[in-house]
Amino acid sequence: MSNYKSIKCCDECWHESEKPCNDYIDCLNSEPKCHTNEECKDLLNKNFTKLRYEEIDKPVVFLGTGTCGLGAGAGKTKTEIKNFFEKKGMEVDIVDVGCIGICALEPIMDIQMPGKARLSFKQVTGDTVNEIFTDFFNDKINEKHLFGQHRNEKLEAYKNVPYLDEHPFFKHQTRWVLDNCGIINPTNIDEYIARGGFQALSEALRLHTPIEICDTIERSGLKGRGGGGFLTGRKWKFSQNAQEKQRYLVCNADEGDPGAFMDRAVIEGDPYKLLEGMAIAAYAIGANKAYVYIRAEYPLAIKHLKIAIEKAKEYGLLGTNILDTGFNLEIVIKMGAGAFVCGEETALLNSIEGKRGMPKPRPPYPAVSGLFGKPTVINNVETLANVPKIIKNGADWFSSIGTERSKGTKVFALSGNITFTGLVEVAMGTKVREIVYKIGGGIPNGLKYKSVQIGGPSGGCIPESLIDTEIDYESLKQVGAMMGSGGLVVMDERTCMVDVATFFMDFIQRESCGKCIPCREGTKQLLEILHRITSVSKQGQQTAEELERYQSIINMKSLANVIKDTSLCGLGKSAPNPVLSTLRWFKEEYEAHIFQRKCPAKVCKGLLTFTIIPDACTGCTLCTRACPADAILGTLKHPHHIIHDKCIGCGSCVDVCKFNAINVE
Amino acid sequence: MINIEVNNKKIEAKPGETILTALKRAGITVPTLCFLEGMTPTGSCRMCVVEIEGFADLIPSCAFPVSEGMKIYTDSQRVVNARKTIVELLLANHPDDCLYCPRNMNCELQKLSEIAGVTDRKFLAKKSEHHLDYSSPSIVRDPAKCILCGRCIRVCEEVQGISAIDFIGRGSRAFVGTAFNEGINISSCINCGQCINVCPTGALTEQSSIKNVLNAIADPKKTVVCQIAPSVSVTLGEEFGVRAGEDVAGVMANALKQIGFDKVFETSFSADLTIMEEASELVERIKKNENLPMFTSCSPGWIKFVEQSYPQFIKNLSTCKSPQQMLGALIKNYFSKNQNLEPEDIYSVSIMPCTAKKFEAGRPEMSYKGNDDIDAVLTTRELVKLIKMKGLDINSISPVLADNPFGDRSTAGKLFGVTGGVMEAAVRTAYWLLTGEELKVQAIKELRGLDGLKEATIKIGDLEVNVAVANGLDNARKVLDDIISGKKVYHFIEIMSCPGGCIAGGGQPIGADLDAIRARMQALYKIDEKESIRTSHNNPSIKRIYEEFLGHPNSEMSHKLLHTHYHEREILV
Repeated sequence: MSNYKSIKCCDECWHESEKPCNDYIDCLNSEPKCHTNEECKDLLNKNFTKLRYEEIDKPVVFLGTGTCGLGAGAGKTKTEIKNFFEKKGMEVDIVDVGCIGICALEPIMDIQMPGKARLSFKQVTGDTVNEIFTDFFNDKINEKHLFGQHRNEKLEAYKNVPYLDEHPFFKHQTRWVLDNCGIINPTNIDEYIARGGFQALSEALRLHTPIEICDTIERSGLKGRGGGGFLTGRKWKFSQNAQEKQRYLVCNADEGDPGAFMDRAVIEGDPYKLLEGMAIAAYAIGANKAYVYIRAEYPLAIKHLKIAIEKAKEYGLLGTNILDTGFNLEIVIKMGAGAFVCGEETALLNSIEGKRGMPKPRPPYPAVSGLFGKPTVINNVETLANVPKIIKNGADWFSSIGTERSKGTKVFALSGNITFTGLVEVAMGTKVREIVYKIGGGIPNGLKYKSVQIGGPSGGCIPESLIDTEIDYESLKQVGAMMGSGGLVVMDERTCMVDVATFFMDFIQRESCGKCIPCREGTKQLLEILHRITSVSKQGQQTAEELERYQSIINMKSLANVIKDTSLCGLGKSAPNPVLSTLRWFKEEYEAHIFQRKCPAKVCKGLLTFTIIPDACTGCTLCTRACPADAILGTLKHPHHIIHDKCIGCGSCVDVCKFNAINVE
Repeated sequence: MINIEVNNKKIEAKPGETILTALKRAGITVPTLCFLEGMTPTGSCRMCVVEIEGFADLIPSCAFPVSEGMKIYTDSQRVVNARKTIVELLLANHPDDCLYCPRNMNCELQKLSEIAGVTDRKFLAKKSEHHLDYSSPSIVRDPAKCILCGRCIRVCEEVQGISAIDFIGRGSRAFVGTAFNEGINISSCINCGQCINVCPTGALTEQSSIKNVLNAIADPKKTVVCQIAPSVSVTLGEEFGVRAGEDVAGVMANALKQIGFDKVFETSFSADLTIMEEASELVERIKKNENLPMFTSCSPGWIKFVEQSYPQFIKNLSTCKSPQQMLGALIKNYFSKNQNLEPEDIYSVSIMPCTAKKFEAGRPEMSYKGNDDIDAVLTTRELVKLIKMKGLDINSISPVLADNPFGDRSTAGKLFGVTGGVMEAAVRTAYWLLTGEELKVQAIKELRGLDGLKEATIKIGDLEVNVAVANGLDNARKVLDDIISGKKVYHFIEIMSCPGGCIAGGGQPIGADLDAIRARMQALYKIDEKESIRTSHNNPSIKRIYEEFLGHPNSEMSHKLLHTHYHEREILV
């Protein structure tokens, strides 16, 4: 191959994808095995040092250009960085890295000078680049944008600059899956190898039988990170028992929960880790073809994954006869159209086969008859990304952290009313309180905690009384939530839980595939009932409507249980969770909506009454002009008045009033 | 055999079978909705859920295999409540217009509602905003009444291999529609109507011609004649409490007279005529060794399928019109002259087991000198309505014979109603044409029965003729693909679009199970066994029409009236 350019010591290294060498990865990490040459050993060592940016000869600027970084303006930042160094006539390496996790502070830009530690700046939008660099090259560190420095014993640290690993956001995390994210150039396979990448695959293929790999994974206690929480090693063993020789591995990267972006970040920031995990898994289950089912809405992740697959093939780490072990693996990317239900495994398989993404009844289970009728193992991105480290460090290492029945770490996408939105990876058993207050920096504006929604739309909420719940599969289930894929939405006291349930029900009923009746029709009914609870009654129809409303509530719980009891797939079975969970922990809020017709959090507009406080109103007429329903009467410089019958509860008057003269109840 | 326990009673089950199958055998009824015998269970309606000890959720019995020691409850309160809720959910946005619905009193949703004990409306929802699809000459789709059980989709895909319809959209906005949600007339739909037969509600019905027929009967200027397809006489009775497979030909003829038809003819007569033409055509093609294999052309769904999906085989289709169209052409151009009528004075109705016949009657090829061969097609179901509308009770009507000159038939013509029948009839006459002798064999066993694909090699003199019979277009596709790949070589192939042939056509009474279809088949075989004129060429009326009018098979007059040609057809998808 003409463009083949792998890291090698000298021409004596004959490893190529067409002529693979069993020792390739091993050599790179120590010294050549097929010949003795001190120079080669030094060269390999030096190569790795360079690839880890421990020895650089010109300044290197690292820029977080994951989807979150780009969204925050990293594209413009990059142009400005180029401009700055061009003007200065200084050579520089600009390295695109993935998301380091703290999305709230993006764009994040690091600069590293030869011999010095890597210095990190936050919120580096295009217009701030010049200022930060001008300061920097005048030996001044811009305090406003300074984020911290990376710790590296081999490099000279800056004085009086805090280490990033001491920042509360990172201090309480255990970053195993995310360790490379935001640090390395995600498309450069050499950098991944230089940080120990593909050692686990090399070891697995050369030293272990597939059943040993399955055993190790089972003993480690790794459970499916996609939500089900089934023991991964055991799942792999099921397909080993299958008679069919043709088997498939499928990586579920169809991250559909609103507010979840763990998989995206891993693929964008460290795609080789996923590939390595997939290769090990495929070897363990005896599959020579694997699919990554990823939503087309993740263009950057797809781009990086494509590059990674191409490169890994060039290096002979995917393809035929990998590392001369006789193991073959082809990985195919299959793009999905973004249906939530396609995260359900049987629907996902249908979609890969080119059919409509609708779940099928099980049995037969995919491990017996899955993709194209062949035994298939489906694992999610995070699960597979955990695999290389377990093989490298052993099952005991992995199971040393976590709770009794949930081992290792879990990545959460932290969003909502929280200071540091972003990606966090914590040891199983970490308390919700720690994630929200220590790692996430608490709730902004001094507001009170109300709940977190965990596990996406089909998950549940955790009220303040349970904030010390240790996060693992079992305890979350106990409080009516679930691990799900790892979305964690923080809600403060201004949130109405009935409104939250309505939001999630709306999502679910739109995303139901429409196949089974309880899910298709039932979720729609639940939503209708919620709408009836939160909407305003019209004058004169109150009695009939109220009766209907009460009847609805009585029906709501039994309907929710029937949906849970009879739905075809996981989506349907967990579809009523938003209702059941909020009803369980926030019953009084429902009661306030139903009986008092009030929304305590003042969110449900249909239930709010707007009145003007005469003493505060200056009669400026702003509200009169803003009201779309002509519901406000008043003359200039005299207190105004709202006609309640005409008021549609839109809140426009509150928005425009400069004197806080409008009372909302 | 393994042992399972149902409602605290022990029953036996076969390993690997579904819970539902075991329950049915034991006589325990569980209501079903999306379930279709012999097809892949989709487990989508959840109506058949049962409670199983050790399972957290309720389990759909149609899609779950039995296992040793399983303890099942089919009528626990949890199950009954779940079923009722499901029906209530379906009713939430189902139109309340049962009184105006063609499926009133014959609707599975009505029955389920009754079984579940639904007495009031528990849930309210916006009514569907989908509009009626009236575009097809054969099938009317009313998505508002659709409850998305998916049975039509499965029949269209698994039995017919057409897939003209599928689910569109997600969640509560999901509906069943054609590609790009266009009218079904420009889709790949072959008008077979199998979807109607499996539809539990009134979402799929035939395009009705009852009104047109009644208007024609009321018009004093029109002579209204009808022809009855071979299979109708063995299915009609079922709708009037007669046991499945009972032949009611004579009673039906009398009923039609009482409805007001001036003449009642037998399509089986023109089936005999078709055989004369088709067997002659086959003999000629075999002699010349051209355009083989030859395919039958009686089934209009099959013809459309070839036109749109396998146009390279159009030349292999027999040029014969179908019996319906042949008789139509003779009525307008031969019978009219005998009666001193102008073709325009005649209103020609056919009574068919088929919805595709409505499409066929409207094809531009199916006319002579500007007069359509057929003016209206009624399905068996429409005839039932007509009889009921006129207040007739077929149980108290005396039988009469069909009218001349198209009232005589051989049993070969009657066999057209069942898969393999056209082939058997054609072989009998081809044998006579080639050897001058009658085929000795009473019944060609290989060609009988309800199998989807049948084959035989028939010795006619020195000639060995390879024949195949396929029913259900998915099987036809297999035959065509085998021919293309060179795997199979045939001379003559009979294709009927519907599984089992016309006795299970898309216009037949709804709700027939496999037993009923088998009884209908046996009825036709019994007629063939009992009667004496068993070959088309021995039908005296056939002899007469060749003598008086057509001359001989494949004559110039035959080609004008009884033959046609087909063309490649473009469809949307």
